[in-house]
Amino acid sequence: MTRLWKIAGQVAAYTVFVAMIGYFSASPAYVRLAPDQAVIKLSFSHAGQPIGACRERSDEELEKLAPNMRERIVCPRERHAVRVELRLDGKLMYQQTLPPAGLSRDSASSAYKRFTVKAGRYLLKVQLGDGSPDKGYTSTFEQVVQLKPAQVVVIDFDEGVNNFVVK
Amino acid sequence: MLTVLQHGLRRLFDLTENGFNRAFGQTGNPFHQLGALSFYFFWLIIISGLYLYIFFETSAIAAYESVEYLTHDQWYLGGVMRSLHRYASDAFVVTMTLHLFREFAYGRYRGFRWFSWVSGVPLLWLAFASGIGGYWLVWDGLAQYIAVATAEWLDWLPIFTTPMARNFLNQTYLSDRFFSLLIFLHIAIPLILLLGMWIHIQRITLARTNPSRTLAVGMLCALLAVSLIRPAMSQGGPANLDIAVSVVNLDWFYLLTFPLLDIWSAGGLWMLLGGLTLVLTVLPWLPPAKSEPVAVVDPDNCNGCRRCFADCPFEAIVMQPHSKRPGIEEAVVDQSLCASCGICTGSCPASTPFRSVEDLVSGIDMPQLQIKELRLQTKAALKRLNGDVRIMVYGCDHAIDVGALQDSGVAALSLPCIGMLPPSFIDYAMQEGRADGIFITGCAGGDCHFRHGNTWMEQRLHGQREPILRARVASEQVRVFWTGLLQKKKLLQKIQNFRSRLKRIDHD
Repeated sequence: MTRLWKIAGQVAAYTVFVAMIGYFSASPAYVRLAPDQAVIKLSFSHAGQPIGACRERSDEELEKLAPNMRERIVCPRERHAVRVELRLDGKLMYQQTLPPAGLSRDSASSAYKRFTVKAGRYLLKVQLGDGSPDKGYTSTFEQVVQLKPAQVVVIDFDEGVNNFVVK
Repeated sequence: MLTVLQHGLRRLFDLTENGFNRAFGQTGNPFHQLGALSFYFFWLIIISGLYLYIFFETSAIAAYESVEYLTHDQWYLGGVMRSLHRYASDAFVVTMTLHLFREFAYGRYRGFRWFSWVSGVPLLWLAFASGIGGYWLVWDGLAQYIAVATAEWLDWLPIFTTPMARNFLNQTYLSDRFFSLLIFLHIAIPLILLLGMWIHIQRITLARTNPSRTLAVGMLCALLAVSLIRPAMSQGGPANLDIAVSVVNLDWFYLLTFPLLDIWSAGGLWMLLGGLTLVLTVLPWLPPAKSEPVAVVDPDNCNGCRRCFADCPFEAIVMQPHSKRPGIEEAVVDQSLCASCGICTGSCPASTPFRSVEDLVSGIDMPQLQIKELRLQTKAALKRLNGDVRIMVYGCDHAIDVGALQDSGVAALSLPCIGMLPPSFIDYAMQEGRADGIFITGCAGGDCHFRHGNTWMEQRLHGQREPILRARVASEQVRVFWTGLLQKKKLLQKIQNFRSRLKRIDHD
């Protein structure tokens, strides 16, 4: 192979290499959402009710504890799981029982769920059950939303109003 | 099935590399320096990244603006650096992946090589984590897609008390503190990757971490050219979490698996990647490699010259105080690291066939082909030669089968590695065996199966490395030809040319 051919071969190899890199670094395009679709995200973090009631310690119990730990009132750490349900125009989209986080099951219950839906008008109904399961749902939220294409609607739980809000 | 896959890939590499050998030469062939190229691209990424960091604003709001400033207002340097950062990162993935497949195809991942292979597996994760993390920082439409998709993927693991994806619910949830964490990760993960790369090349001597200068310059020019022709651009304006990303131009080198999150699920992708990682990790033992006998040191013949210590490609030899002769050292072989290549035998000054001892023993010998056996085989091969030009061929078990080259005028012997041949055997075959010429062949230049065998051999022949070939051997009577497995015809032609040349010398 003459020197000229070798150089031509090298140039060709470099060209193919960087052409491949240049192309696949941003092509072909990936279509994630159809033009008429929108996104609903249901996400919240809510600490459920403690699993039992607080109680007073007896004097005998307090004496057995180190002086710096003698708190009269003691509450259980563990919390109830939180139940959640989302309906869109009456159609059940999501129903879950969310256990509390943490090794002692004493942290908040969290959810994150993304739904891709057709843009348009919907009646959102979200319910949350906190405390004993036989209490049923303790918070209910309903709202009509008009979703534009590609719009992201977030449903979160607002501790201030103790109910869901749409953001 | 694994063998079929291996053979198929090997054939593919052989064919491709054959073409590259023609254009780049064997030692300049990029396929022979994929690891070194990966290191080179890594340094390009670091240098370009440092420049970008000078101008980069580390807040979610200002990050996009600062990248846009670099791309448009300072396109001649900042823009080029951004593109170089991206394309060098893509090239890094390409060479890293090819390196992995090539080592697998040529069976260079088992036995004594397990450490290099297994230590390379986490590097895949670190490389992808570094690259994907980098895309977040631009905080454009692509970054938004990656941030949400990655967070959703990570949330599948039961390790976060609050889902990570909550950080990207919409614009009101985005915090600069989280963005600062991403920047920290984009610096920390590549540093861990560098540490991993350093660990990866332990257990091998003289690891090649720099490609040839020609290739380095060529690659840099090519990357700069693509940076100017197709500069890296942000996508879809600044990220807006209130609007979902509908169409995105993915960097498929890094984000190939991301669409699977939509097609399958986060759990499915974890299963795939976890499964692949597991398979890659245990691959060296699927099934366990048949262990070859390792080098054995004979203290009576070891004078502590350190040549084997210097030549061993896998750091399998250490020097310790001599067990029998005070004041000098003795080579000791670490059995778990020995590749059974025999390069140490080729370097030992005691491995000379001219020694008159009855029981020829080298200072360091291979049980499967002891130096006395090599002398016997050489003698027997030379005896079979007749005709007007007699050529002795020494080859390598991992290159073209030299046994098939034998005819009345050509005798051939194959060694575990050509580096195992002490140069004194060339002298011996000429003087004692009356060969007219010695033909040395083995793996392609820069691609010795045992890393340095053909390089050491070449240096020994040229008097650049001990033990050297004695000056009384005329250089025109020794021919060297390193070649890929597909060059059998060319090898035959080279031997034929050598035969003609020797014939002319004889006539002169």
